[in-house]
Amino acid sequence: MSKDWPLWEVFVRSRGGLSHRHVGSVHAPDAEIAVRHARDTYTRRMEGISLWVVPSAAIVASDPADDAAMFDPAADKVYRHPTFYNIPDHIKHI
Amino acid sequence: MYTTELQKTKAVDAIEDPEKLAAFEARVAADDFIEPKDWMPEAYRRTLTRQISQHAHSEIVGMLPEGNWIGRAPSLRRKAILLAKVQDEAGHGLYLYSAAETLGTSRGQMIEALHSGKAKYSTIFNYPTVTWADIGAIGWLVDGAAIMNQVPLQRTSYGPYARAMVRVCKEESFHQRQGYEIMMHLCQGTSEQKRMAQDALNRWWWPSLMMFGPPDENSPNTAQSLRWRIKRETNDELRQKFVDITVPQAEAIGLSVPDPALHWNESKGGYDFGEIDWEEFYAVVRGEGPVAKERMKARRDAWEKNAWVREAADAYAAKKAQKKQAA
Ligand SMILES: [Fe+2]
Ligand SMILES: [Fe+2]
Repeated sequence: MSKDWPLWEVFVRSRGGLSHRHVGSVHAPDAEIAVRHARDTYTRRMEGISLWVVPSAAIVASDPADDAAMFDPAADKVYRHPTFYNIPDHIKHI
Repeated sequence: MYTTELQKTKAVDAIEDPEKLAAFEARVAADDFIEPKDWMPEAYRRTLTRQISQHAHSEIVGMLPEGNWIGRAPSLRRKAILLAKVQDEAGHGLYLYSAAETLGTSRGQMIEALHSGKAKYSTIFNYPTVTWADIGAIGWLVDGAAIMNQVPLQRTSYGPYARAMVRVCKEESFHQRQGYEIMMHLCQGTSEQKRMAQDALNRWWWPSLMMFGPPDENSPNTAQSLRWRIKRETNDELRQKFVDITVPQAEAIGLSVPDPALHWNESKGGYDFGEIDWEEFYAVVRGEGPVAKERMKARRDAWEKNAWVREAADAYAAKKAQKKQAA
């Protein structure tokens, strides 16, 4: 069986002013063909004005098993949110 | 669509960590999405890999019956539309292969399974497209049945599959409408054209109903698949819905559905319809469809005859990488 071409993650900016967003992946032997495949696969209907491709192997992800340790501390730091503070109603513009 | 459980792997009593299993079941029951790196039971991974790859194979093989008519489309407009439609199906195949790969099976393994005949794909694509009206019937009925199956899968529990389905569903609606439009125009044409449309409906109606898979009582994995949210409605429920919306569409353009038992059942608010020839269905699943051999030969030929393109791209990438290293 022939070896698969490397995998690339595809990001599309749908219009000016928005961030690139992950839309899927393609296999390609090099970056140039990855961009072409990404265009044919993910932007056949004006879905974007800009494409990024990134080798999937270059992405480092957090481990879902560590979710609790990674993200929970934020939950007990409610003072990071404006609603934590009680300001009387008659004080305006704050 | 094409999630018809065409192939069943024997149940293996995997020894799963009961705590992880319970947490997983609870997440799925709460309509949470499961993502590639999350823990999942082996049976879930295996069932999904089979379901998504079968779905992908169906999109890819599904290009063949329609591709057959691109060079013979009756006008430039129809040709451009059909080309775009078939290209969409290639895209659907690619979204789905990517989704399946996140479960740990490589693209190469899946393609090889298809070409060796080990993997199944939807039975519908093993029927021939003998007239132009067949292209209308496929868009209307086959893509129509696919939509019926795929819409609920946008909420399936496996994130990459659900996201692929969202993209697919956005594109399918055009497929169905262009097919119906072909049928509509034929029905407004000469009596010969109308006869052609009726003939296509006659041949595609029953195979389209079979696309929803075996009846619920012969679909033993349904309960588990529903619980795991990798299926959201049963085969018979989806089939009934399809009949109910499609019959009036046929009547509206003066076509008659080839089923003498078909009649409106007021009390259930839906149509009663005749018995499906399940013998035929299982024969096609076994690979005895009218053009099953041609389909697989076309796939293998395309893969083998174009190997040089893949090899050239590899060689070029290697050369460029080497140059970059030397520089
Ligand atoms: Fe499709
Ligand atoms: Fe389609």
